[in-house]
Amino acid sequence: MSEIKPSKTLDVRGLMCPMPVVKLSKAIKEIEVGEIIEVLATDPGSLTDIPAWARRTGNEVVKVEKGEGVFKFYVKRLK
Amino acid sequence: MGETPQNEKTIVAIIVSKNTLDMAYPPLILAQTAAAMGMEAHLFFTFWGLELIKKGGAEKAKLPGFMRFFTGMMEKKMAKVGVKPLREMIREAKELGVKFHACQTTMEVLGIKKEDLIEEVDDVMGAASFLEIAEKAKITLFI
Repeated sequence: MSEIKPSKTLDVRGLMCPMPVVKLSKAIKEIEVGEIIEVLATDPGSLTDIPAWARRTGNEVVKVEKGEGVFKFYVKRLK
Repeated sequence: MGETPQNEKTIVAIIVSKNTLDMAYPPLILAQTAAAMGMEAHLFFTFWGLELIKKGGAEKAKLPGFMRFFTGMMEKKMAKVGVKPLREMIREAKELGVKFHACQTTMEVLGIKKEDLIEEVDDVMGAASFLEIAEKAKITLFI
């Protein structure tokens, strides 16, 4: 199993809807296609919102880790 | 010729008709999110909604009716969970490419001039112009 190596981290802990998605849409433009961005969030809504955003924009949520009140998303830029 | 362009953006057209906090946040949140999802978002400010795009208007927005006395409390609650003030939401929406349209008739009725509006406003238009946008929109909402 290959390890996920994010080339950037986006910290949106403490921010509510729509900020995680809004900030992710900007941050993903700062990585190259094929690279992965790691997103740290506390908004429970982001568990469904970030995957919905990814489906709509044609990017991929590679992995989601649910920690103690913090969610970690690994999102791959596909376009 | 005669083909639908493949890369045409999904359009979202929202009518903002009120200027109370509870009615002002939803359209701004939806428009910001739409833009972040790669959609083209339009906000049409009419009636009391127009107050939100008047200079100093967003800062004055209150909760509706009797609840207005608890506006400060609500603003504190929102700040605590990281929700930004309305004026900032407008600025960010604009930065994301959201279009701001002011209703011509409301401006006449309320005696508001173009220079009374905030700089984020793209244009002033009537019902026909808005309907032309709404006709192409996949999502239309009246808030």
